[in-house]
Amino acid sequence: MPPQPTPIFLEIEGLTKRHDHRAALDRVSLAVPAGQFVALVGPSGSGKTTLLKSINRLVEPDEGLIRIDGRDISDQPVARLRHGIGYVIQSIGLFPHMNVAENIEIVPRLMGSTEDRAAELLDLVALPADMAGRYPRELSGGQQQRVGVARALAARPRLMLMDEPFGALDPVTRDSLGSAYRDLHDRLGLTTLMVTHDIGEALLLADRIVVLIDGRIRADAAPAEIVSNPDPDVRAMIDVPRRQAERLAAL
Amino acid sequence: MSPAFTEALADLPDLARAHLLVSGCAVAIGVALGLPLAIWASGNRIVRTPVLGLAGLIQTVPALALLALFYPMLLILGQASGLAIPALGFLPALIALSLYALLPIVRNGIAALQGVDPAVLEAADGIGMTRRQRLTRIELPLGAPIILAGIRTAAVWTIGAATLATTVGQPSLGNLIFSGLQTENWVRVLVGCAAAAALALGVDGLLALVESGLKRRSRWRVVAGLIALAAALALAVAPLTRAAAGGETVVIGAKNFSEQYILASAIERRLQAAGYRTERRDNLGSTVAYQALAAGDIDIYVDYGGTLWTNILRRTDVPSPEAMRAQLTTQLRARDGVLVMGTLGFENAYALAMRRARAEALGVRNLDDLTRTAPRLSLGADLEFLSRPEWRSVQSSYRLAFAGQRSYSPTFMYRAVADGSADVITAFSSDGRIAALDLFTLADPRRALPSYDALLLVSPRRVADRRFTGAVQPLIGAIPVERMRQANLMVDRDADKRTPDEAARWLDPGGG
Repeated sequence: MPPQPTPIFLEIEGLTKRHDHRAALDRVSLAVPAGQFVALVGPSGSGKTTLLKSINRLVEPDEGLIRIDGRDISDQPVARLRHGIGYVIQSIGLFPHMNVAENIEIVPRLMGSTEDRAAELLDLVALPADMAGRYPRELSGGQQQRVGVARALAARPRLMLMDEPFGALDPVTRDSLGSAYRDLHDRLGLTTLMVTHDIGEALLLADRIVVLIDGRIRADAAPAEIVSNPDPDVRAMIDVPRRQAERLAAL
Repeated sequence: MSPAFTEALADLPDLARAHLLVSGCAVAIGVALGLPLAIWASGNRIVRTPVLGLAGLIQTVPALALLALFYPMLLILGQASGLAIPALGFLPALIALSLYALLPIVRNGIAALQGVDPAVLEAADGIGMTRRQRLTRIELPLGAPIILAGIRTAAVWTIGAATLATTVGQPSLGNLIFSGLQTENWVRVLVGCAAAAALALGVDGLLALVESGLKRRSRWRVVAGLIALAAALALAVAPLTRAAAGGETVVIGAKNFSEQYILASAIERRLQAAGYRTERRDNLGSTVAYQALAAGDIDIYVDYGGTLWTNILRRTDVPSPEAMRAQLTTQLRARDGVLVMGTLGFENAYALAMRRARAEALGVRNLDDLTRTAPRLSLGADLEFLSRPEWRSVQSSYRLAFAGQRSYSPTFMYRAVADGSADVITAFSSDGRIAALDLFTLADPRRALPSYDALLLVSPRRVADRRFTGAVQPLIGAIPVERMRQANLMVDRDADKRTPDEAARWLDPGGG
């Protein structure tokens, strides 16, 4: 077999998770090449977050297999697995009793590193260096999530898992933070899985859209192709931003 | 300054130290036990409910009862295991107070850990913290102010409840309060209360300093507060290490009334003159005192023939005083190894008494007469009498049925008969207040009440100690009842009050 031009970095096979006899994930398989930006979309309860959390083992699936860079994730200690994966959530979850620098450097510190990277990481997420000594409560929501992204990047992960990372921010901040992150993704050569409710955001930022409905993958395509998907459920979801744009244009 | 005040102040440092030590250790154990329990329970619903329930249940048991409970429990444990477990003093007080400190620490600990923002916990898990890292770096620091508030509550409660440790023989500021209450020495009560309050406020203030330091992330506040607390505890421990280096210490017991304090003081003075270091265990309950003696927790105390006869030997017959004394001497020796050295020379019997004018008006001269009039009268008893076999014996011999009956501490029982709240009281025949209040003691023609010779009892481990028994021998037969009454009155009267120690000096001037 000839070597593939873009090797598979994240591989999910037959993932099944049941909550109270209902399948939250039903035999989901997905292969993500290194460097790809994948948006996971779907209605509430479709299994997006369960899928995401299975990858860093915050959720243990009932069946199936996940490999990162060819390695089964259940083969290594869970703490070490998570140290190597950036994790960003909607509620941000900065540690209120630590200042910005301590928040950012927590993962390298847990791993035993004494390297001082706070200034560099603040620069990466376009925050001024003098913010290092501030506490989370003194920051705006957008600034907090930039710190959240910096914390996720601190241990130089190759994989980023983002669960509605910009969902709680105002539209302007959300838009600028979204494109800023897409730049980082490209610059640092990351592989990103992002759960989002915002189809417009997904279409504009991602290389690939995966639509989950009732725990199954119903569509999986590049943004330019998914807009012409024949499945009516997928169609109804994907069409939302376009219809909004048309109505806005008509104003 | 009044002598009562001077004497209370002289007792204060040692009592405050003992108080601080027992409550400090109890809170420390409460934290050492309560915090892990809270950590365990906060993550485990099956554990949480019973843990909180049990801690709450302990809290509903009155502190006094909780303390009293551990004396017999430790005694049984010691007998069953054959180990020398001290059932009196520090250990039972420590166990009871530690349990008491547990609830606020556990409850606040659980609240603190459950109150941490779930988003913060998800982030902590998501970035790869182990459970231990999450606990030490996130949950405990964030919960610290609430946890510390729980420790503050526990500290204040424990310092308050430690005043009751006196009743199981652990010296505390309660000694001042209890003995002051018994002898109506209000200066002593006040000094005890003020010192306990000051101690509680001081400790609370230092813990508040630590708490505010944690809240504001100010290291110096935390360090200063902790250093001051450690220094206070070190100060409390200091005299213990000194005492350990000293000579032989003997322990004198006393029950909770003036005559017992006076006699304990007289014994103490005799033993000190003979070169012994002495310790006191005041305010012991009747049966606790005897069991403590038999177990060697105290070395010597004064008890009364009838009390031992009915409560310890469980006898219901009423022999002559001489026959009773002879039987007590042989049976207590055979049963528990306790030495009855002899009578001090007077009797302190239960005697039903009325105000003379009232008795004459009703035509009551003895207990037979009382059978008739009792349904119209109210009885005021001391705290023990109504549950004692003597009361059952009096009731069955004379078929007494009072209109009402209430229990008082001895001091207030005499007040009650004086102001008419009680018509008949269970007076003590050696009490100076019988004459002072012009009370009439009713005769007991059917001999329902046994004799109550004041007997000097010595613990099994001192029986063979000639120097010890020789030191207190001069007290045997040396105290006629009139002298005892007068000494009691010196302490109990309202004007020109004396302390029990002063009364002991008057009672036994030869005691050094």
